[in-house]
Amino acid sequence: MAEAVDYKYIGTSPIRPDGVDKVTGRAQFGADLNLPNMLYGKVLRSRYAHARIKSVDLSGALALDGVYAAVSGADFPEVQHGELGGEGGGDVADIAQNIMARDKVRYHGHAVAAVAAKSLSIAEAALDAIKVEYEVLTPVLDLDEAMSENAVLVDENCFTKNLPETPDKPSNIAAVMQLTRGNVDEGFAQADVIVEGEYRIPMAHQGYIEPHACTASINEAGQATVWCCTQGHFEFRSMTAKVLDMNIADLKFIASEIGGGFGGKTVIYLEPLAVLLSQKSRRPVKMMMTREEVFRATGPTSGTHCKVKVGAKKDGTITAATAWLAYEAGGFAGAPMGPGAMAIFAPYDLENFHIEAFDVLVNKPKVAAYRAPGAPQSMHAMEIALDDLARELKMDPLDLRMKNAADEGTRAPYGPKFPAIGFKACLEAAMAHPSYTKPLPEGAGRGVAAGFWFNVGMQSSAEVHINENGTVTVVEGNPDIGGTRASMCLMAAETLGIPYEQIRTLIGDTESTGFSNVTGGSRTTFATGMAVVQACEDIITQCKARAAATWGMDEDQVEWEDGRAVPAPGVNADVTPLTLAEIAANAAKTGGPLLGRASLNAQGAGASFTVNITDLRVDRETGKVDVLAFTAIQDAGTAIHPAYVEGQMQGGASQGLGWALNEEYIFDENGVMENASFLDYRMPVASDLPMIDTQIIEVPNPSHPYGVRGVGETPIVAPLAAAANAVRDAIGVRINDLPLSPPRILEALD
Amino acid sequence: MNKIQVETSINGESVEFLCEPQQTLLDVLREELSRTGTKEGCATGDCGACSVLLDDRLVCACLVLGAEAQGKEVTTIEGIATEEGLHPLQQKFLEHAALQCGICTPGLIVASKALLDKNPDPDEETIRYWLAGNLCRCTGYDKIIRAVQDAAQELAHPA
Amino acid sequence: MAKIVFPDHLLQHTNGEREIDVVAKTFRELLIDLDQRWPGCAKVMGKCAVAIDGQIYQDAFLEPLQADSEVFFMQRIEGG
Repeated sequence: MAEAVDYKYIGTSPIRPDGVDKVTGRAQFGADLNLPNMLYGKVLRSRYAHARIKSVDLSGALALDGVYAAVSGADFPEVQHGELGGEGGGDVADIAQNIMARDKVRYHGHAVAAVAAKSLSIAEAALDAIKVEYEVLTPVLDLDEAMSENAVLVDENCFTKNLPETPDKPSNIAAVMQLTRGNVDEGFAQADVIVEGEYRIPMAHQGYIEPHACTASINEAGQATVWCCTQGHFEFRSMTAKVLDMNIADLKFIASEIGGGFGGKTVIYLEPLAVLLSQKSRRPVKMMMTREEVFRATGPTSGTHCKVKVGAKKDGTITAATAWLAYEAGGFAGAPMGPGAMAIFAPYDLENFHIEAFDVLVNKPKVAAYRAPGAPQSMHAMEIALDDLARELKMDPLDLRMKNAADEGTRAPYGPKFPAIGFKACLEAAMAHPSYTKPLPEGAGRGVAAGFWFNVGMQSSAEVHINENGTVTVVEGNPDIGGTRASMCLMAAETLGIPYEQIRTLIGDTESTGFSNVTGGSRTTFATGMAVVQACEDIITQCKARAAATWGMDEDQVEWEDGRAVPAPGVNADVTPLTLAEIAANAAKTGGPLLGRASLNAQGAGASFTVNITDLRVDRETGKVDVLAFTAIQDAGTAIHPAYVEGQMQGGASQGLGWALNEEYIFDENGVMENASFLDYRMPVASDLPMIDTQIIEVPNPSHPYGVRGVGETPIVAPLAAAANAVRDAIGVRINDLPLSPPRILEALD
Repeated sequence: MNKIQVETSINGESVEFLCEPQQTLLDVLREELSRTGTKEGCATGDCGACSVLLDDRLVCACLVLGAEAQGKEVTTIEGIATEEGLHPLQQKFLEHAALQCGICTPGLIVASKALLDKNPDPDEETIRYWLAGNLCRCTGYDKIIRAVQDAAQELAHPA
Repeated sequence: MAKIVFPDHLLQHTNGEREIDVVAKTFRELLIDLDQRWPGCAKVMGKCAVAIDGQIYQDAFLEPLQADSEVFFMQRIEGG
């Protein structure tokens, strides 16, 4: 289906249709909706990292003038158990308890009650008036301690899943996973060189600049409208309905524009609270998290403890590899240890390996997805080990990876053979890239690393409406986080054969368009794009029929070319081709409005591989690391809108570098996050980074009409190890842990 | 509680409002006046999403009290475009794809304008350090810097 | 015969059997077959992601199987 093609619109980088509103401040984000008669909702959060709730007394809050509603766990329906999608499996009951604690708080900041009041200041005063009685318990905060035999238990009813037999003692290890191939003992016996390492990475946050926010309004018939920033309003509606035991049909979710998500806005936090408060107060309720709340009470990604061992022959062939990967889940099960385990060796063709992974409860916030969940942590370990291996073998690190590179037909570690993939193409491009061949700047070190993410398809719907003047409206259900409206317009333009400027894409709410899974998983351009293309093909079929009717021909005597209906070759007819505009103008006569639709569960998502190269300079006096250069080379399949593909690569690189160099959750001994602000949770700023060089490789994905592979997540994976490897090159000392912040560097230099 | 009456000018328009003493200019703009172009990212002056000009001085609106706007001229993102159309910064942000989610964009455009008003020909390092107070999590800053450089060129040599 | 491979964490549902051969024309038929061998397992298996001849499916229900297809059960991925 996808060959090297010269597209007319695909591959250009036009201005996005929603752009002007975003540069003028008109675009409406989650906290931007103010309704008449609106109240402000605020959440009371646990002061303890681990405690039983003995009582919650809301009366003091309700007695205040200007307070119109107050709720706690008791106001929620009985928690329903049920499957939820996502990496960790996930239980609806866990989500329900996470958004409002019932009998126990499992992390500092866990929601305990909520109020709605006339103003933010009254709401805050109302929180102070709520009395909560806690029975304080010892928190378990250390990953290894949590896994140990007599650890304090976060959940007394948690029994490790996926063991051959259900254990009789509860544990903080919520689940385990194993992947094995061949015989690692034999493999290591064949190795000439073996390297081993132990790697620790603390929790880190997605760091989206927009805090969670929503406005909910419910009427006396129980019909609610919720405006919220979300990566997936359909999934939010579904989760909210389950948590509140409501009929989906009574919930209308409208996705606002979204100020970043990266996976962290694929789960609900405020929405059911706002609906419940609106119900009790009979007024709209707006809720906005503060930045502190975002850090303390929304999902960061797992902190990890990983161990990797790799053996290779003198010529660089890897003979065996093992990995032991422990992931923090936070207060509820669901760490992304599965994908982390499946991804770690994915770029390599290995005969013998053994991977063990663990999903571990600790008294910290419940983790949420963060761009390629699980993969950055596990691949950090492997890509450092390979770097050390290359050094031992006196082999170029890219050559070592090429020697073992997976290709079409290689068995992925999780079993199936890879279809066409672009890892070797990325490696070749890296080897030839000026940033790899140019001399190293004075005092700097250079590091490389590989990255990978599976990408998914899942469900999307799209409608295409032809307006009376032949312009086109595309309606789909994926919030536009990074320019996907533009990509939909480009794919529609290419399919219909009409100019990009004649197409608008809008994001329908849950009542006005068909179901779509989240904008995430690197799926939107792939799966929603596929739906848009199919809906356009539906339009083309209809247009050909309309033209045939107009010309008095059979439908199979008409073709579609460059945006017009034309007689098929060999058909002798004295007719002028009909443009989309002309067919639309005549639509009433030929059958009615032109409406195309498609809905699908997209299969065949293509994996995206990457290679990163970075030059870092370490100041030996202060331990500060300067990023001198960064190059990201990634397989996009086909870059629909190259500037936005570059944007994903640059943004992911920036997050990965922040994670590598500075970002970490710092907890005190009571489990309270000490750096819950942007001042102390130090993300990259403009002066921290150079221009980020990108090279898009295109190995088209045969399963997509235009060869698209998801690109959004892969970029964050490799920078962690690339930075670690560059620091190793710069200072001659290996640091296995992250972040590579000044104190850690100085300690290593001593 | 007794509210404070404030008379100010926002984007050239006289505006009167009532606010609580502790309310910030950011709270007032967004919640009292429904001018939601200016964004809240942190409310502690660390992210720059609430950047506005106060008498031509670049400030974080979350660090200014509503009452402090008395008698001053406030410029927000809503006042950057004119009847002639988009400001070159806004146009270049669009052309360079210098925004992905767009939440930091209003603050960045106001901050960039403050820079170019003062220094029409900044080099890359100057731009990066000036904008170090504006967090962006989506773009890695590359295209933002290019957009500012291009806008500076455009302003210096109008097409 | 299609080759069906189970990851470690599903072995508790297959009596420890890691690899089996099955005749089935679709994934749906495969699930029926598995449930006949190990009653009750289809509920768990039906929720897994699956790779059929190299393509990963989060929901494979209707997917056809060839006479010599390779099917790997996997954990679901959603991403972020």
